[in-house]
Amino acid sequence: MSFAWAKPYEPTTALGRWIDDRMPLPRLVYGAIGGGYPVPRNLNYLWNFGVLSGLMLVVQIVTGIVMAMHYHADAGGAFNSVEHIMRDVNAGWMLRYAHANGASFFFVAVYIHIFRGLFYGSYKAPRELVWMLGLVIYLLMMATAFMGYVLPWGQMSYWGAQVITGFFSAFPVVGEPIRVWLLGGFAPDQAALTRFFALHYLLPFVIAGVVILHIWSLHIPGSNNPTGVDVKDEKDTLPFHPFYTAKDGWFMGLFVTLYCLFIFFLPNSLGHPDNYIPANPLATPAHIVPEWYFWPFYAILRSFTVDLILPAKLWGVLAMFGSILLLFFLPWLDNSPVRSGNYRPLFKRFFWLLLIDVAILGYVGGAHISPFNVALGQIAAAYYFAHFLIILPWVSRNEKTLPLPTSITASVLHGEKAESAPLGAKTVA
Amino acid sequence: MVRILGNIVGAVFAGVLLLAFGGTVKDYFSEPPLPSVSEEFHLEPEHLALSSDGPFGKYDKAQLQRGLQIYHEVCSGCHSLNRVAFRDLKDLGYNEAQVKNFAAQFEVPDVNPDTGEPALRKALPSDYFPSPYANETAARAANNNAVPPDLSLITKSREGGASYVHALLTGYRDPKTYKNEKGEPLPKEGMPASATLHFNPYFANLNLAMPAPLNSDGQVTYAPGNPKPTVNQMASDISAFLVWTAEPKLENRHRAGIAVLIFLIIATALGYLSYQNVWAEAKRKVAPVGPLDPENKAKRTRATAKARD
Amino acid sequence: MATLEETTAHMEADHSLRRRDFINIAAVSFAGVGAAAAVLPLVSQMSPSADVLALASVEVDVSKIAPGQAIKTSWRKQPVFIRNLTAKEIGEANAVKLSDLRDPQTLAERTKPGKENWLVTLGVCTHLGCVPLGVGEGENRGPFGGYFCPCHGSAYDTAARIRQGPAPLNLQVPDYEFTSDTVVTIG
Repeated sequence: MSFAWAKPYEPTTALGRWIDDRMPLPRLVYGAIGGGYPVPRNLNYLWNFGVLSGLMLVVQIVTGIVMAMHYHADAGGAFNSVEHIMRDVNAGWMLRYAHANGASFFFVAVYIHIFRGLFYGSYKAPRELVWMLGLVIYLLMMATAFMGYVLPWGQMSYWGAQVITGFFSAFPVVGEPIRVWLLGGFAPDQAALTRFFALHYLLPFVIAGVVILHIWSLHIPGSNNPTGVDVKDEKDTLPFHPFYTAKDGWFMGLFVTLYCLFIFFLPNSLGHPDNYIPANPLATPAHIVPEWYFWPFYAILRSFTVDLILPAKLWGVLAMFGSILLLFFLPWLDNSPVRSGNYRPLFKRFFWLLLIDVAILGYVGGAHISPFNVALGQIAAAYYFAHFLIILPWVSRNEKTLPLPTSITASVLHGEKAESAPLGAKTVA
Repeated sequence: MVRILGNIVGAVFAGVLLLAFGGTVKDYFSEPPLPSVSEEFHLEPEHLALSSDGPFGKYDKAQLQRGLQIYHEVCSGCHSLNRVAFRDLKDLGYNEAQVKNFAAQFEVPDVNPDTGEPALRKALPSDYFPSPYANETAARAANNNAVPPDLSLITKSREGGASYVHALLTGYRDPKTYKNEKGEPLPKEGMPASATLHFNPYFANLNLAMPAPLNSDGQVTYAPGNPKPTVNQMASDISAFLVWTAEPKLENRHRAGIAVLIFLIIATALGYLSYQNVWAEAKRKVAPVGPLDPENKAKRTRATAKARD
Repeated sequence: MATLEETTAHMEADHSLRRRDFINIAAVSFAGVGAAAAVLPLVSQMSPSADVLALASVEVDVSKIAPGQAIKTSWRKQPVFIRNLTAKEIGEANAVKLSDLRDPQTLAERTKPGKENWLVTLGVCTHLGCVPLGVGEGENRGPFGGYFCPCHGSAYDTAARIRQGPAPLNLQVPDYEFTSDTVVTIG
């Protein structure tokens, strides 16, 4: 840990001393999330979503493992086994709805967490690796969620698998062989289902490993804060325990309340009715759409409707992957030395435009195809790429930033409650 | 270096997209899309109010029993219900003996214990509702190449749920005299293509292979004490029954949900107070927040003291 | 706006530590109770599901079993032997001295009153779980004329009691009853 005033771990019980002499695990935990990890004192609630994402990962793993005790990864029996869970397994309906809605809430937490990072410059030096590991987690989450959705073997499961694996055939020469290799066949069938089950069970543990790296790489420089100003001395920080354990704890209660509202009273509202129809390879659903958390990328994919040197389908696939891959380069695309959007007025305006843009892309991704929706999606997708690849580099070079507070404590004591608030700052006195 | 490459890649993607946008706009104006017959004549179902609606919803057992009767007497000739076991019918208020007797009316495929040939035997409570057809091919052969879908999950697998089922069952119209909301009569493309299709504006493609299954009042005779079996009532009853077949654990879910939410709201409130408590000890306060903060308490004490004077 | 000094002064003003601890303890306890409650469904989902429990009881029509014959049926995925004892077999069973038995039980204790000729037992050898012979026509019924387990030589008598061999107990009699003269419900 890089802060000199971090309280060192001192075991108070004999058992604590015994363990510490043999394995520094309690020492590690103390220094990571206990009283021994100093955290800026001015964090707002947008900083809660990292631990909420972690909570959802644990929830998904637990509910997933117990459901795996009842699931049959068999093309003939998968759908029936899920209905068996819903109807006959004790509390099975609760586990299934918790897992299905848990995926959505996992993505909600992660999206808010990512947009916090985008606004406050958490991706900038020295936290570039934290950012990139986070993107790796996001990619693994998307793969896990996609494969998990195939497992019930409903109509959307099957046809979603057809569409997504069909992407690979967009690549010339190697595309189709790769697609067949991935599926273990010429269309999603038993081979694909079994391997998706195996990988869906495995990847969350890989995610857990990358999460540990993500937190480890964060704890070297320590957390960012809403002013983006580095921690200067002890006055700027508070020990993680009890201050942020208390704050995380109560907000977790709020988040879980909302989550349970969906599980118990709105369990199918985020899903698609077609997935309650058993998969039929001979009948395509009227509108194939993925789950809501993939809609912005689906919109980008479907926006490419003209062939220009490359076929439109290949453009769509390249752009869809590109839209996430470009985020890896963000620390170098936007290299303004000022981190927080609170002190970058021009950046802040474009940030709001991005937020609206992603919301529009999300809407277009889930909507029926019509000339208006397609056109809207094309404009929104064009803005997305322009934002990160053209606008942000220009803005970070040419904007006039506001003067930063001299320290976190100075910012807090000057009464800039607004500074630490999520929606932005007034000027520093 | 990164920025230059980024600019180029961004310009390329944005450029292709704007080109595509231009194409979309051009196509729209040169060949404006014509509204399809389905769009013009399809109707959204009216909401069907059921006792199971809402966070406190419960099933009306008498209605579910009537719905079971309609399934048995009207629908089971063509539609299977193969995710429902006879033992599940205890949820409708039947006792073990009644369930056993009801199940015994059905026959399920089995093997003759003496000869080993395929045979039928009386169903037990542990059996599931048998299908009217041996397989999909047989179903198609008997229904002009259309497969009557299994009804166990029908209200969860159709947009509109029970309201859609009810609207469909009561929505058959004469295509020759039908006019949509704008008063337009049905054009030729919207007419049923053959005598085996039937016009119903609530169906997405307007014409479906199922003829109106509930076509006259009193088609089914209800036991005394029940409402009259009008077509609308029968449709409501079968829709309510099909909500149950899709979601037999609905009442458990609502009960558990209310207990869980109450617990969580109390736990969150306690957590919030604890958080205020912990942060009050932080030697930083920008503005007082929360009732336990010493500044707020001091303010309140000063205010009450002032009021007293 | 509060400065550091003013805030500290206010701090000393109110020090009801016990009340503060109470709220913290209450919040953590509620969270603990919630976590414990959340474990309950995770544990209960491993118990037999409703469809498994539905097969926990089975009805058997015994009208076709003639005296001297037996059938094998299945209950909770285990074999069950139902035998219609002849008068000779009943006599042999009752003639045995209880002190000669490893697991002393009379035939009357192992059958229902008025239905002493109906012997319903699990077909699972109490040694290591093989299925004994003796039900089918022509199967080896062992030296005591009951059932015989080929795995390690346990021999059961006409009342399915262990007489010879390594098995420690008689063949288990499950919970059953005659719901009619010709129908037995097991479980």
